[in-house]
Amino acid sequence: MPSPDLHTIEKRASIVAALRKIVPGEGVIETRSEMSVFESDGLTAYRQIPLVVVLPSTVRQVSEVLRYAHENSIKVVPRGAGTSLSGGALPLADGIVLGLSKFNRVLEIDYENRCAVVQPGVTNLAITGAVQHRGFYYAPDPSSQIACTIGGNVAENSGGVHCLKYGLTANNVLGLEMVLITGETIRLGGKHLDSGGLDLLGVVTGSEGLLGVVTEVTVRILQRPETARAVLIGFPSSEDAGSCVADIISAGIIPGGMEMMDRPAIHAVEEFVEAGYPLDVEALLIVELDGPSVEVDHLIGEVTAIAEKNHSSTLRISKNEAERLLFWAGRKAAFPAVGRISPDYLCMDGTIPRKRLSEVLTGMADLSRKYNLRVANVFHAGDGNLHPLILYDANEGDELERAEAFGADILRLCVKVGGVLTGEHGVGIEKRDLMPEMFSMIDLAQQQNLKCAFDMQCLLNPGKVFPNLHRCAEMGRMHVRKGALPFPDIPRF
Amino acid sequence: MAKSPAELASLIAVGGRFELRAGGTKQGLGRPVAGATVLDMSGFTGISLYEPDELVLEAGPATSLAEIEKTLSKHNQQLAFEPPDYSRLLGSNSSGSLGGLVACGLAGPRRIKAGAVRDHILGIAGVSGRGEVFKAGGRVVKNVTGFDISKLMVGAHGTLAALTSITLKVLPAAATEETLLLRGLTDVRAVQAMGLAMQSDCEVSGAAHLPGDMTLLRLEGVGPSVSYRRDRLATLLKEFGRSDVLVEKQSRQQWMEIRDVHLLAKGRHAYVWRLSVIPSKSPEIIADITRKLDVNYFMDWAGGLIWIAVPATADASAGLIRGSFADGHATLIRASAEVRARIDVFQPQARALSELTARVKTSFDPSHVLNPGRMYKDI
Repeated sequence: MPSPDLHTIEKRASIVAALRKIVPGEGVIETRSEMSVFESDGLTAYRQIPLVVVLPSTVRQVSEVLRYAHENSIKVVPRGAGTSLSGGALPLADGIVLGLSKFNRVLEIDYENRCAVVQPGVTNLAITGAVQHRGFYYAPDPSSQIACTIGGNVAENSGGVHCLKYGLTANNVLGLEMVLITGETIRLGGKHLDSGGLDLLGVVTGSEGLLGVVTEVTVRILQRPETARAVLIGFPSSEDAGSCVADIISAGIIPGGMEMMDRPAIHAVEEFVEAGYPLDVEALLIVELDGPSVEVDHLIGEVTAIAEKNHSSTLRISKNEAERLLFWAGRKAAFPAVGRISPDYLCMDGTIPRKRLSEVLTGMADLSRKYNLRVANVFHAGDGNLHPLILYDANEGDELERAEAFGADILRLCVKVGGVLTGEHGVGIEKRDLMPEMFSMIDLAQQQNLKCAFDMQCLLNPGKVFPNLHRCAEMGRMHVRKGALPFPDIPRF
Repeated sequence: MAKSPAELASLIAVGGRFELRAGGTKQGLGRPVAGATVLDMSGFTGISLYEPDELVLEAGPATSLAEIEKTLSKHNQQLAFEPPDYSRLLGSNSSGSLGGLVACGLAGPRRIKAGAVRDHILGIAGVSGRGEVFKAGGRVVKNVTGFDISKLMVGAHGTLAALTSITLKVLPAAATEETLLLRGLTDVRAVQAMGLAMQSDCEVSGAAHLPGDMTLLRLEGVGPSVSYRRDRLATLLKEFGRSDVLVEKQSRQQWMEIRDVHLLAKGRHAYVWRLSVIPSKSPEIIADITRKLDVNYFMDWAGGLIWIAVPATADASAGLIRGSFADGHATLIRASAEVRARIDVFQPQARALSELTARVKTSFDPSHVLNPGRMYKDI
């Protein structure tokens, strides 16, 4: 991370006092033991006790905290539930953690206009919980949905297993209220569609807390499809499974979800949850079709024919809701299942063009031998988003370093075949040093110029996303030199 | 005419004031760009990549929309946001280019179900106002690597960068479609009916109301599913009177006319506004306007989109139109250049947002070289 500013750390007592004036009582947390809750997020390999934690409960307090930070040049790390897998909410020793956990209310449900207005600290699943009695739900479903907040979802543009058909967070958010680092409040979008000006809503979604602090979110809610059924299909090779996926899409079918697992993942999962997965296959597909029953029946017929054409060795169609959920239980337990067979694992998140899958799997197998570490793969097959899980033991010699180098090589491979570094987990600190694999120095400079338009002093979440965040005054034409990389001050990825 | 991004970059790097032009059919959208040299983008044309089973298409901004749609239809695919053709409305000779479509961020009736251009753009390459070649995004659907600059380019009216390549997500076209037709509903009843339809699980992909005439609800998909949902929807909307059905060809024709705003294209003297508002509010917005002004109008997006033709006066009744709603935005789509120069074509913004917009413009185009003043005066 950027080296801490000692001057700020020296002023800690006065900063705490100033924050207490803005947020009275328990809203300011300053003891080391209480702050330890905030020292890390879902990327637990990195930890840092923050300068101070503030938990405002009104938009006005958020605005005053940010204005104070801006006027005094103090860094701010926004935080939702802290479930980021890329270190997006990792604190700074010289920075305020601004937690939004007190913004936990559903403000309005408007069925007539198919939307809900919620505060950013409301969990993803709680939105569905608030509207499901009328048959509605909020579509994006990241696997952390029981804990992660909608504010964090906006910051990371979270996905989930159903985003092939229903879109990512960006496609399901209609409007935001956001406080800029200057303390000014702006509104982007609303219950109406589209922006009247530049699509700043599109840029803020997925900006990893670098552009502002979201204080209210308007999301689109949908009526649940009448029915959903899943088909579980085993294949003797990942090539067959891959071409089955391509043929389903070429046939004009967009399933509600389409997930793939490789042999190591299937075995780990089956031992853990006994979902009834076949163990004698190299790849397993779960294809979920949703909509009216007549449509689902029709599409299941088509998918079955396509699977058989692609040499499927087993095929089961869920007969009832319990069986559909059982099919999913295995996939949804993939991470903890892998956690059972290895002391530690790293979860990667590259996206590739689907048809390059078998090439990437072969490359991964080669890398697995090179680094002498096992890897299990779960894959959002419909949209090309890979989650290789690299198995290692942090207590064994250099295994963590090897696992990180292995992961970086996988992401390089993803970029090489036309893919990207991160599909849904975000860049954070985890992948920032790999950004030059995908972007030129000019591409990155343009992104940083945009950052400066929102945050001139680079006070919001510095150290995340960009390998080398320049002060805005330094930004300009062609000034970022290759020699500035790699970023030297954290352990290499 | 630049033929490569590098050539384009060196042209832009010299500085000056440039008006971007690809197809040239949408020069009348937005504020006029005064005293500018035309930056001819027609060298960046053609589909450079189309992989139907990957659902991705990449093309130059000057590629005609007609060519893209023809290519996609060979594989039963489409741009799901239903690009409109405003040639009748704007008096141009074709539906224009991909670049114009993206720059103006135009989507048709399916917007309510499938999203807008912004929801289908995956990546871009272009030249910023600094004269630097840059790219953003990629060619895969799931991508959160860096800021989503591709989305920002949609609807920026060429004020941030001159795009040289655009990558879009494409989707399968529906096998068939039908439209359920209700007759004689007032605006209030029509919006209620459309609202109920949208709240159902019938997956309505178009909901429009042509006042005094028809309220239309479109269903698309595979045959058995469409018939099933049509019956279900008809039952759900029983209380709104007897319904008729438009089958495939009639349905397509009807939605094309709505998408392309044919209803207001006639009477070229009138100025045309496009209002994006909260759907349930549209009847009271229209009532407020029609009390004071003689207008023609219709609704799309279940009431969320109102098209209004107003008399061609010096201020295009901007104050009255914008005073009729609290949440949303109104854009003046058709008016004389003189009027578009004088009044706000795009919805005026609150101060903090307006200042942020200016800083964002400057972050791409510090000397205001690209389409200066197209969206807002001095931006």
